Amino acid sequence: MERDKLLEEMYRVVYDGEVDRAALVAEQALASGLDPLDCLKLGFMPALERVGEEFGRGEKFLPELVAAGEAMQRALAVTGPQLAAARRDLPTPGRVLLGTVEGDIHEIGKRIVGSLLMAAGFEVVDLGVDVPARTFLERTRELQPSLVGLSALLTTTMVRQREVIEVLRQAGVRVQVMVGGAPVTPSWAEEIGADGYAEDASSAVALARRLTGGPGS
Amino acid sequence: MRGSLPPRGPIRPIRPRLGLSILGADGVKSIHEAALEVLARAGVRFPSERALAILADAGCEVDRRRQVARIPPDVAMVAISRAPRHFTLGARDPADSLSLDGEHCYLSTDGCGIEVYDLQAGSPRRSTWEDVYRSALVADYLDAIAFYWGPTVSAQDVPVAIRPLRELEAAFLGTSKHVQPETIISAEVARWCVEMALAEVGGAEELRRRPIFSVMQCALDPLGQDGGSLEASLVAAEHGIPTGFMPMPMSCATAPATLAGNLVVTTVDALAPLILIQLAYPGAPVFFAAAPTVMDLVTGGYTGGSPEDYLLGGAFNEVCLHYGLPLSMGVMATGAKLPDWQAALDNTLSTIMPVLTGTAMLTGAGLLNGSKIFSFQQLIMDCEIHSVIARVSEGIRVDPEMLATELICRIGPGGNYLADPHTLRHLRAIWRPRVVDRSPYEAWDRSGRRGAFEAATDLAKTIVEQHRPRPVEPSVRREWDRILAAAARQAEAGN
Ligand code: B1M
Repeated sequence: MERDKLLEEMYRVVYDGEVDRAALVAEQALASGLDPLDCLKLGFMPALERVGEEFGRGEKFLPELVAAGEAMQRALAVTGPQLAAARRDLPTPGRVLLGTVEGDIHEIGKRIVGSLLMAAGFEVVDLGVDVPARTFLERTRELQPSLVGLSALLTTTMVRQREVIEVLRQAGVRVQVMVGGAPVTPSWAEEIGADGYAEDASSAVALARRLTGGPGS
Repeated sequence: MRGSLPPRGPIRPIRPRLGLSILGADGVKSIHEAALEVLARAGVRFPSERALAILADAGCEVDRRRQVARIPPDVAMVAISRAPRHFTLGARDPADSLSLDGEHCYLSTDGCGIEVYDLQAGSPRRSTWEDVYRSALVADYLDAIAFYWGPTVSAQDVPVAIRPLRELEAAFLGTSKHVQPETIISAEVARWCVEMALAEVGGAEELRRRPIFSVMQCALDPLGQDGGSLEASLVAAEHGIPTGFMPMPMSCATAPATLAGNLVVTTVDALAPLILIQLAYPGAPVFFAAAPTVMDLVTGGYTGGSPEDYLLGGAFNEVCLHYGLPLSMGVMATGAKLPDWQAALDNTLSTIMPVLTGTAMLTGAGLLNGSKIFSFQQLIMDCEIHSVIARVSEGIRVDPEMLATELICRIGPGGNYLADPHTLRHLRAIWRPRVVDRSPYEAWDRSGRRGAFEAATDLAKTIVEQHRPRPVEPSVRREWDRILAAAARQAEAGN
């Protein structure tokens, strides 16, 4: 009974996007002896998936999707290693390293791509904006993502996407690279040797699935 | 078959006589007070050492680590009161100079598009230096366009390091009207641009009197500014070059979901840099700018056209009038991909609202797809929208001559007014289309069903072929070449 109530509560904080309460609920669940993997599999994850589906049907809107994703992140972060470790045991389509390239501070598009990837089950590490090529390299080495996503909104910064790809290749790091952003086109992606281009967030999810060979690809 | 092009007429600003109040005095006061509270309590991020030092000296509480300055209300209000109420946007041709006098409303082109619908091929392609020049050339000809904002598209065939300078060059070559780039985002670029302008006008004093360009910056909403842009504007202000800062808060993403809350963020992000400039250079010309909008709830996109945008676009000038400073409002930012019904809907409503609240500048005409694709036809059709709104906003004059009671009695029941002197006296005040199609159905059918788009295409091609702007002196062009080469060397050395 207690267990069911807690699972329901976990489901609800993510479904309703209660960012401020998510960590607390996760802590309560662990304190009462719930298995971290169950918390994820039966509590948080189904809620995020449902929000993703409802978003796809036009029943939920972007801010609600972002709030659900953030609630989930909070739960994972505060309860730390236990849940994170449990998460790694779950079959996920992969880990995505995401960032806006150096010299560019446009954030919203990349944030949305991140939220949708998260709702699709990807583990997303968002490096923020104005991220130098070197940082992409260092974090890729450290986190071993299956996919690196580069956003650029300016015609003056899209050249940085090429730079990141070159830096990764020169360092001998093998990882799939996906590019996007307003001035980016399929031919640009091809020219700089990216593995794929996505025009918007939902095609970014489809592309990520294809590139990582995950479910639904 | 295209005919010959009539000569270019003088710039035609709007002089609105109709008025509209969206917020009312109480609403404006509440937004002003909320903005002062936010400036003082939350503060604003200024990622520039120079800016933070100026603010600290003036008595703001500065957190160096977070680069945030809290601005007390008295510091804010004193600084704002130093800004000039009225000033001039100069032009290469002095006859094209614009007086920001609170009575006129000036339209510009839109800026920084990425692609262009090729005038010959009709399909979109990446924009080049030549497109910057051509868009300026067409803007130079069109009397509805008072100044050239932008560049309308980016010169992507030019190396990034000197791109803003080559774009300014192309704009100056294409038009003798005022130029307002939004690409001067570092102190070095600002210095080079000032040098180019000095070469053209001939001296620092003349440039102050007749600033042939001004600077438009973006804010980093919410409650933030860009360091390079701030430093560029400080360089501009030092030379008497007008500068404005454009917040574009997007409700739900970079502003509260509510429109009043959006206006508070817009006000704070427009006021904060303006206060900084006044603290550094009291009396320097500054203007407000804004392009507030609401996020699309499904794609997260910048809508650039929705009932909320129209309200925000009209309302913000009421706040600016409270401070007595001119505003440049972002209009005609339709998300439509083609010059179609949606583009007309968005661009008409987004323009009429700020005109009716007495806004000084409107930016701008000609881009589609959320300010990403330039269309020559859209530019011309936007000018037509402008001319319709210019007429509507004049309103209806009522006096004996206009009432024409005598005339009506004289003509009596069943007569007509066609050849009457009263008609001949007043007919030229009636709006006439340039590209709107009013032909009879059969004639339209026989013409191959040509509408406004086809008329605009012809006009654009004729302008590009035949119109020649006021030339730039060869000696000035040699000086620009020297400046461009020096800038390129400096950029090279910096890398
Ligand atoms: C990894 O895989 C992927 C896959 C798909 C990916 C992806 C990565 N990344 C994006 N996608 C794709 O999926 C997303 C979701 O569907 C989409 O993301 P988008 O980002 O396209 O869409 C978002 C959901 C909503 N869209 C946006 O958020 C961008 C909207 C527009 C209006 C825009 C905004 C809002 C801003 N801007 Co700027 N801005 C413009 C934009 C014009 C436009 N209509 O795009 C653009 C991009 N900006 C421009 C400019 C010039 C600038 N901006 C600047 C600043 C800003 C603000 C800070 C004010 C603000 C950003 C706020 C923020 N926190 O992010 C400056 C640059 C600052 C810098 N160093 O980066 C400044 C230089 C202006 C100045 N003078 O300061 C223009 C670029 C022109 C060019 N030639 O390059 C511009 C086209 C507008 C214009 N015409 O002026 C897809 O592109």
